[in-house]
Amino acid sequence: MTALSVKNIWKEYGQQVVLENVSLEIAPRSFVALVGPSGCGKSTLLRLLLGQEKVTRGTILLDGTALPDEPGPDRGVVYQKYSVFPHLTVLSNVMLGPEMQAGRIWGRSFGAARRALADTARAMIAEVGLAGSEDKYPAQLSGGMQQRLALAQALMMQPRVLLLDEPFGALDPGIRSDIHRLMLRLWNELPMTVVMVTHDLREAFTLGTRVVALGRTRTLPEDVMRYGAAITKDIDIWPPRKAGASTIFQTEYALGWDDLTPHGAATGRPDQRTET
Amino acid sequence: MRLINQHLSPPAATALKFAPFALLILAYLLGSASRLAENPNDKLLPAFSSIAAAVDLMAFTPDRRTGDYLLWTDTWSSLKRLGAGLGISTALALVIGIGIGILPFFRALLVPFVSFVSMVPPLALLPILFISLGLGETSKIALIVIGVAPIMIRDLAQTVLALPREQIVKAETLSASSWLIAIRIVLPQAMPRLLSSLRLQLGPAFLFLIAAEAISADSGLGYRIFLVRRYLSMDVIFPYVAWITFLAASADFAIDRLHRKLFPWSELEGGR
Repeated sequence: MTALSVKNIWKEYGQQVVLENVSLEIAPRSFVALVGPSGCGKSTLLRLLLGQEKVTRGTILLDGTALPDEPGPDRGVVYQKYSVFPHLTVLSNVMLGPEMQAGRIWGRSFGAARRALADTARAMIAEVGLAGSEDKYPAQLSGGMQQRLALAQALMMQPRVLLLDEPFGALDPGIRSDIHRLMLRLWNELPMTVVMVTHDLREAFTLGTRVVALGRTRTLPEDVMRYGAAITKDIDIWPPRKAGASTIFQTEYALGWDDLTPHGAATGRPDQRTET
Repeated sequence: MRLINQHLSPPAATALKFAPFALLILAYLLGSASRLAENPNDKLLPAFSSIAAAVDLMAFTPDRRTGDYLLWTDTWSSLKRLGAGLGISTALALVIGIGIGILPFFRALLVPFVSFVSMVPPLALLPILFISLGLGETSKIALIVIGVAPIMIRDLAQTVLALPREQIVKAETLSASSWLIAIRIVLPQAMPRLLSSLRLQLGPAFLFLIAAEAISADSGLGYRIFLVRRYLSMDVIFPYVAWITFLAASADFAIDRLHRKLFPWSELEGGR
């Protein structure tokens, strides 16, 4: 059984080929990290999985059925920015999804249903470590807290697939490792498949069960847009991580064992200078 | 020290705030006194005493013919027209602006048309309005709507189009329908801009109101000014102009307060 099945997809914008014959089978409950150089189509692939854009050729199946043409509640998303609604408090942001699902006319719930939902939302807010900030607006939160809020908001819908588009790219290293731990715990506890786009290899190997690299396999110097990106590397993490099961290491994740400092330096992260 | 770094003490700032007003009044008093010394019957710059007498006559003495207090009847009929015109414009801006902003169908249908209509000089349409809608209230309200609504619609549509696409997609993944996106995501974020836009359109709305009243009306602030102009009654015109300015400034202030009270998040976001 496959959660997501990408079969021979192409994505073209006019003359420009972005993705070229990409196929990918994603097992349920896996955590796939998509990496690759800037502009190689990682985010495009994510938007295709989300349903925000349509493939030019090929098919994408979700649990064996064709993906709907537009985004829906079965696929949650967290972007690097603009993932939460600035006009709603933390609590309202988290309650928004279920409220809109229940009330199709006003997008609000009332009375006992609302109180029950607020309790669930508070539990979720506490789960992502935002307890005490329920009445704040997103502008009053730090970047890391906003991303926690975006996660809580998306997870309230209990999506089968959670799509992350460089969600932690703008965060400080310390805050980032905190939120990595949170992300791993949520992935372990909730029945969902995660696909994450990142430009940070260390992050990809820290979180993923599988790292998929995209890149252009052939280029035409006089017409760079002629060929699109394809999958260049597909690495299963060893020892295998399994959602809900501990690895042979009894920690959530052992700091340092997958330290890819040279890669970090290669991607130009200033917090990881190496003496060479 | 550079001029840009020279900050004022609070009393000095307050004094500077009032200085231009005081200067204006002083200049008026001097001009008025010198003209009246030359010709006691001068009507151009009447003394404050005759202005006060005129205010008393217009605002606190019943009119000999109709028994109305003219300033208040004028204010009431003008504000009714203004309120109706701005109310209709705001409602149109809300529905059409958000429609253009989120529905591709509406955008294709209305964007060129609204841009075209907003370029028509409203005052040039005034004769057409008077001929087709008659000289009553309808034509005056219509003039305000035609003058104000297209600009508000374009402004609001711009605001809605500028919302990050990510927000809309995120709402879709939270199971929102087009309607729910409109009322729960787009409308609340468009409202602050709508209020600002309404504030900016107060000036033009008054312009169109007074223009329409000047040509044909039987009461109203603009009507009165243009009526007494025939007798060079500056002692009535000055207080009326001051009163209109006061009304516009109060409306401006009230909308600003409402904005801060209703949309605290908008201030946090930098007044978007």
